[in-house]
Amino acid sequence: MISYGYHRYPGRLFVVEGTDGSGKSTQLGLLYQWLKAEGYPVFFSEWNSSPLVKDTTRRAKKRRLFTPTTFSLLHATDFADRTERNIIPPLKAGAIVLADRYIYTAFARDVARGCDRAWVREIYKFAVKPTVAFFFRAPLDVAIDRIAAARPSLKYYEAGMDMEWSDDEEDSFKIFQGKILDEYDHMVHEFGLTQIDATQSIRTQQRQMREIVGRYLKEKLKEKVVLPK
Amino acid sequence: MKEMKFYGTALPALEIEPYSGKLIVIEGTDGVGRSTHVALLRTSLESAGHAVLDTGMTRSVLAGRGIKNARAGNTLGSLTLQLYYATDFADRLEKEMLPALRAGFVVLTDRYIYSAIARAVVRGADPAWIRAIYGMAVVPDAVFYLRLRSTQELAARVLASGHGFDYWESGMDLRLGTDYYDSFVAYQKLLLREFDRMSGEYGFRVIDAARPIRRVAGELLRAVKTVIGDEPAGQDGNVSPAISAASADAKKALPTTPTPQRPQEP
Repeated sequence: MISYGYHRYPGRLFVVEGTDGSGKSTQLGLLYQWLKAEGYPVFFSEWNSSPLVKDTTRRAKKRRLFTPTTFSLLHATDFADRTERNIIPPLKAGAIVLADRYIYTAFARDVARGCDRAWVREIYKFAVKPTVAFFFRAPLDVAIDRIAAARPSLKYYEAGMDMEWSDDEEDSFKIFQGKILDEYDHMVHEFGLTQIDATQSIRTQQRQMREIVGRYLKEKLKEKVVLPK
Repeated sequence: MKEMKFYGTALPALEIEPYSGKLIVIEGTDGVGRSTHVALLRTSLESAGHAVLDTGMTRSVLAGRGIKNARAGNTLGSLTLQLYYATDFADRLEKEMLPALRAGFVVLTDRYIYSAIARAVVRGADPAWIRAIYGMAVVPDAVFYLRLRSTQELAARVLASGHGFDYWESGMDLRLGTDYYDSFVAYQKLLLREFDRMSGEYGFRVIDAARPIRRVAGELLRAVKTVIGDEPAGQDGNVSPAISAASADAKKALPTTPTPQRPQEP
């Protein structure tokens, strides 16, 4: 089993991380457009996207079957499928893979739910180390305002209601997001995450992101894979 | 009452408290007769007045169906399968086995973490990685390893069971042979080697499963009864008969998870 830091592929892997409402998906979408326009072969990979696990996750959320441990393990299963199916093969072929949320999401959420830090990190040891992992950092109140504006109601696990920190959904969500943000802050140093100030304008953030990504691109990557337009 | 012990990091938010039940594991390769023996044991123990919960791989409410569907297709990767098994195990541990142990049940499990570890390792997983994941497992009161060295005999037993060869039990994903039989034989050899390696590490009690069912069942029942303290077994064989008395109340405390009557081969 090849583990984190030891995978060697010709492609590039860029991931975005951050709390809900940090604007990371918007940024990744813009990066995708740019890379495609530049002529690079780009692959997109999202959190919770495994066709083999999706139904199980949906059913478990609906019926509230999860504990922190099974929540963690089922998401790891989903991520394993994503790695085996959508991440390693395109990287081997020399493509650029963009991932919306990566292992750091699991580290932040699962530890916030009480799972052991070392145990969760061990589970994801099979993951490919990203070329760059961006962490879009928004202060808690900013992120919460953005979420409140975008979504009429929070889902049970999303709000961390399973942890019984509070009977109030909004309070629970705030507590949960606060814990998640603490975990991200710890990981900036631990995993060398590239922090982007998510309170800046969207264009400024995108400019910074493109500047950093540009350092890892070579003309040769364009010739590696030809994807249908 | 016994202190709960874990192989590694215990489950989060778990109150580690003494428990009065017994966790008995029946392990062994495919075709060795585990499910037959679990069924026989269950009947014997229940007629002796013990409340029994039996469980086995891929039977969890959470992940059982997902695993079956994933195995029915042709896109399931090895890491994904190993983590799916771990999810299934965790769900059964938290929702079935631990509550039953606390309530004084005899928990009979057809396979435990050892099969999962063996399957992962023969598929190239890092042995330390898979063990760390299963660090959440409770150390059982006894692990009975039904051992049969002849893979030809195992294959014959699988055929005799009437189900024929299964894709995963034959290790067809590993491409060890050109047909199910060759693959099964080669795959079970690899598994046997892993089980033998784990035998000392995890303190397996080896039961020679090459003998007729009746003899194996007899030895197994005597050994299990000693573990749960039903029969005088020297100095420490005087454990409480209260287990069976407690179990009537205990049944109410159990979650209403349906346990399939016919043990399935995972």
